[in-house]
Amino acid sequence: MIYLMCLILFSIGIYCILVKRNLIKIIIGIGIVEYAVNLFFILLGYRAGGRAPILDEKQVVQNMVDPLPQALILTAIVIGLAVTVLIVSIAVRIYEKYGTFDITKIRRLRG
Amino acid sequence: MNMALLPLTPNLLPLFVAIPLGSAFIVSLLGKKLRGFSDTFSNLATFSLFCFSLLSLLLIKRLGTVVYKVGGWIPPIGICMVLDSLTSFMLITVNLIAFLVTIYSISYMERYTDKWKFYTLFLLMLAGMNGVIVTGDLFNLFVFLEIGSISSYALVAYGVEHEELEASFKYTVMGSIASSFILLGIALLYSYTSSLNMADISRTLAQGKGSQVVFFVSVLFLMGFGLKAALVPFHAWLPDAHPSAPAPISAMLSGVLIKALGVYALARIFFNVLGMTAISSSILMVLGIISMVLGGLLALGQEDIKRLFAYSSISQIGYVVFAIGMGTPLGILAGLFHLFNHAAFKSLLFLNSGSIEYATGTRDLRKMGGLTSKMPVTGYSSLVGSMSISGIPPLSGFWSKLLIILAAIEAKHFIFASIAILVSILTLAYYLKVQKLAFFGELRDSLRGIKEVPLTMKLSMIALSIICIFGGLLLIPGVQKNFLSLATEVLMNGNNYAQIILGSIK
Repeated sequence: MIYLMCLILFSIGIYCILVKRNLIKIIIGIGIVEYAVNLFFILLGYRAGGRAPILDEKQVVQNMVDPLPQALILTAIVIGLAVTVLIVSIAVRIYEKYGTFDITKIRRLRG
Repeated sequence: MNMALLPLTPNLLPLFVAIPLGSAFIVSLLGKKLRGFSDTFSNLATFSLFCFSLLSLLLIKRLGTVVYKVGGWIPPIGICMVLDSLTSFMLITVNLIAFLVTIYSISYMERYTDKWKFYTLFLLMLAGMNGVIVTGDLFNLFVFLEIGSISSYALVAYGVEHEELEASFKYTVMGSIASSFILLGIALLYSYTSSLNMADISRTLAQGKGSQVVFFVSVLFLMGFGLKAALVPFHAWLPDAHPSAPAPISAMLSGVLIKALGVYALARIFFNVLGMTAISSSILMVLGIISMVLGGLLALGQEDIKRLFAYSSISQIGYVVFAIGMGTPLGILAGLFHLFNHAAFKSLLFLNSGSIEYATGTRDLRKMGGLTSKMPVTGYSSLVGSMSISGIPPLSGFWSKLLIILAAIEAKHFIFASIAILVSILTLAYYLKVQKLAFFGELRDSLRGIKEVPLTMKLSMIALSIICIFGGLLLIPGVQKNFLSLATEVLMNGNNYAQIILGSIK
C-alpha cells in the first residue's frame, strides 16, 4: 500500500515535468520524482516496529531497521540538492536572457 | 626501464579517481590567483592519468584481475574497485582523449573568461567517468555517474548564451530523470538481493529465479543508461547539448562521456550483473539499429556543423550498441573496437569544428568554403576523420565497421547487416557534404583574413588523426590478443564475473 503511494508520487512528478510549461514547475517536478525514489528506497529498509540497529554487548535485537538505505539516501539527497541548485541557477540565467519562464517561448534550438 | 620502480600494486586503482578529484580542488583553489597555473596543472594531471591507464595493462598482465578494497573493508560489505581488461580498455580510451583535449583547450579556451573554472569542471567530469569505470559497487557507480553528469550539465551551459542555457536546461531535466530511474533500479535490486556489490548481486541472481524483478530492473536500467548513451527514443537532448558546449567539451561528451556513462555501464550491468538474455539482446540490437538509421537520416539535413556531428554520434553509438547487443564474441569485439575508434574520430571532428569556429567565428556550413587553403592542418585532419568515420579503407573506421557487419552475418542477422551497410553509405554522404561545403571549393571573400589555429590545437588534432590512420593496427593478432580480445572475454564471461571478483579477494 505504502509503495503504491510512492508510485503515485512518482507519477505526479513525471506528470509535472511532462505537462507543465513553467520552468520552475518543471524543477519542482524533478524534486518530486527524486523524493519519490528516495522515499521508496528508505521504505525498503523499514521494518514495522523495528528499532535502530545499535547493539549493546549480550543484547539480541530481533527486529532491526536496515540502516544501509538511510546512508545511501543521505548521499542521494545531497546529489539531488546539487542538481536542484544547478538547474535553478540555469533557470535564473534563462529568465535574464529570455525574460520569461514559459518553455513554449524559449525555443531557439530546432531540428 | 626497471620494472620494480613502477607502482604496480592494487593501490594504483584509487588514483584514477583521486588524481582528477584532487587536481580539480587544487585548480579551483589556486587557478584564480596564478596565471597559467590551471593550464599546466590540468595537463599534468591528465597526462599522468593517461600514463597510469597504460600501466594498468601491465598490472593486469602481472596480477590478473585486481580488486582494491576501499577503506580496507572486505567486499561484499565494503565498496571495492575492480580492474579487469574491460576496465583497462575503457580507462585508456577515456584518458587518452582527455589528455589530447586538455592540450587543445590551452589555446581554445582563451576565448572564454575564467579558464580555471572550466578546468575544474572538466577534471570533475573526468573523475566521474573514471569512477564509473573502475567501481565494482552499484551505488558507488550511481554516485560517480552523478558527479560526471552534473559537471557536464554545467559545462554545456559554460557559454551562458541563449542556446547554451536552453540546451543545458533540457539536458539537466532529462539527465536527472534518467538518474532517478537508475536509482529506482538499484533500490529494487538491493531489496531483491540484499547487496550492492556487483559481483555479489551477480552471484545471487545466477542462483535465484525471480526473472520478473530482474526484467523490470533491466527495463529501468535500459531507460536510465540508454538516456545517458543517447539511444534513439531517449536521444532528444544530445543534438542540443553537444553542439552548445565549448568544442573541447563537445569532443569529450560525444567522444567518451556517452560511452563511459552509457554504453560501458549498460554493457557491464547487462552482461556481468544481470546476465544477458535473448530478450535483452534483441532489444539492444533493435535500439541500436533504430539509432543508427534515424541519427544518420537526421544528420543529413543539418546545416550547423556541430549539430551534424552530434546526430552522427547518435548514429555511431547505434553501431556500438548493436554490435555489443549481438552478444557473440566477434560482435562484442567489433563493438568495443568501434567504441575506441569512434572516441578518436568523433573527438577529432569536434576539435576540427572548434578550430573552424575559432578561426572564422561561424558554425554554419553555408557560410564556409575553401578552408583547406587557409587552414591546412584542420582541413586535412578533418578529411582523415571524415573518411575514417565513413569507413574508407585503410582507416580505422573501415575495420571496425567491417567487423560489425561480419559479426552480424555470422550471427545470421542478414537484414540488420544490410541496414548497417546502407547506413555506412549514408554516413559517407553527410561527411562528403561537410567536406564539400567547408573545405573544398572557392574561398569566400569574407574569409580571406583567416589564419590557421595555434600550435597546441594543431598538435592534438594531428595526434588524433594519427590514431585514426593507424587504429586498424589494433587488429594485428599480437596486439589484439592483449588488448581487445581480453576486454571481450570479460563481457563474454557473463556471470562468472562474480567468481572472478570474489575469488580474487581472498
